[in-house]
Amino acid sequence: MTPETIDQIFVITKHWLLGYVPAALQPIVSAILSVVPILLAFPLLFAITTVLERKGLGRIQNRYGPNRVGPLGILQPMADGIKSLTKEDVVPRAADQIVHFLAPILIVIAAFLAYAVLPIGRNMVVVNLNAGLLYFFAIGSMVELAVFMAGWSSHSKYSLLGAMRAVAQMISYEVPLVLASIVVIMAAGSLSTVAIVEAQTGYTYTFPHWFVFTPWGFAGFILFMIAATAESNRSPFDLPEGESEIIAGYYIEYSGFKFALFFLGEYLGMFATSALAITLFLGGWSAPFSWLTWIPSYLWFFAKLLVLIGIFIWIRGTLPRLRMDQLMGMAWKFMLPMTLLNLITAGVWHFMPGGILRWIVCTAMVVVPCILLSRSMKQGKTLQVRTYRYAE
Amino acid sequence: MFLVFLILAALTILGTAAAMGLRKPIHCILALTVGLVGLAMLYLLLGAQFVGFTQILVYVGAVAILAVFAIMMTQGGKMNIEPHPEKPSSSTLLAGGAVAGAVFAVIAWAILSNSPSGTTTPAQPSVTVVEIGQALMHKYVLPLEIMALLLTAALIGAVILAMPKEQEKS
Repeated sequence: MTPETIDQIFVITKHWLLGYVPAALQPIVSAILSVVPILLAFPLLFAITTVLERKGLGRIQNRYGPNRVGPLGILQPMADGIKSLTKEDVVPRAADQIVHFLAPILIVIAAFLAYAVLPIGRNMVVVNLNAGLLYFFAIGSMVELAVFMAGWSSHSKYSLLGAMRAVAQMISYEVPLVLASIVVIMAAGSLSTVAIVEAQTGYTYTFPHWFVFTPWGFAGFILFMIAATAESNRSPFDLPEGESEIIAGYYIEYSGFKFALFFLGEYLGMFATSALAITLFLGGWSAPFSWLTWIPSYLWFFAKLLVLIGIFIWIRGTLPRLRMDQLMGMAWKFMLPMTLLNLITAGVWHFMPGGILRWIVCTAMVVVPCILLSRSMKQGKTLQVRTYRYAE
Repeated sequence: MFLVFLILAALTILGTAAAMGLRKPIHCILALTVGLVGLAMLYLLLGAQFVGFTQILVYVGAVAILAVFAIMMTQGGKMNIEPHPEKPSSSTLLAGGAVAGAVFAVIAWAILSNSPSGTTTPAQPSVTVVEIGQALMHKYVLPLEIMALLLTAALIGAVILAMPKEQEKS
């Protein structure tokens, strides 16, 4: 078993299984064989993430997370699944029945469709579209419509308010998300995700050619991650589903399995945007050093995905929630100018000859506007050392 | 391939017909969205990947949301719609039917008289995104810049409309 065989084991298995199928049925069976591993792997990752998140948040907040169900609580998703399946499905009588039923289904469908263009390993992408990145963003825009459907059809003030806030936030942050990924399209010269990963697979002196190791790539990565956090309504951008303010926002009238479907759709969306960040900036399935390429490519992809999920959980436990006007102000006044300046920086990087001068110029072009824009966002207030007053 | 076209065409026609026939305006917008997605898939069937995905990104992601917001903020957002007040009179139906029939006849005549042959399809040039980009930057750069100017004017207009008015000094 050479490393190449282990790396391509899924592709080899699929071709071997296809050999047993008559030629007329081969396209359909090939499509099914490509899609089923995604339908199995990512909900499993969702289950693992729910436990990781609750235990991680618990540890950050100086308490244990769930620790009853299995050893160290790792079987908690099974308990959650059984609970959500057996709860009564309460639908308000004044709600719009059809739209209320279709909204969680649309969210899950859109979340699963986004995985079709993400390369999980070498030669392991479901469909290699020429305009793959455009497909991803088009599917992401269907989620906003589903969120609005959920909020409006519940016929409740809290849910409508949460849906409006969520849609406003998602369409505001979609602009920096797309602009931050345009830099990568410029550098790789193609909209196809497979071509973008292959543009990052070289090594110079054992260091990889990932786009995150360039000034514009690093700024683009950070902007992309902030926009991705806002797109999936995760803390610190989770005012639309703020638990202490409008209880659950747009899915307040959903109970039981539909609530679990919303959860699944939100987390799958988070995984999809993290996987896109890995594809665009962190080199996809390529190993960090050239002497580590014997580890299979899909293991590198999932390792990077777990690191990004850990960072999401860490940020959720650490930063306080942003208010709605602060959130929108940051999107339009800080992130949009930064992404546009990032574009110019990437162009300068491309046209300057390689060397230390290009690093200095591009880093200055990214850091100086960041500092100036953040100062303008403070609106004249000065930040002092935080003092706490405890009750005596 | 023809079967796929039939299914997509049926989806588009049903979606847009439902958009005209449903009672609540929000349902109409959602049915129109289904029709627009069917249209995007027809673009994909023709091999125009960029146009197809941009159709979803722009129409479903922006125009449909704009339409639902607009309907929701006005009278159409009411959940309890009273039943249709009265049916249209027979002369209205006759006039509407005549106009629809005339438009359909003109379009059908234009399509049938211009198709070279019924069964063979000409070889389609494959247009990649690279070629679209190069065409936009070389041949069509003036329309691109004019559209950018138009969008900037719309953005400035939206910001001015949404800005809070200056308070009058009392």
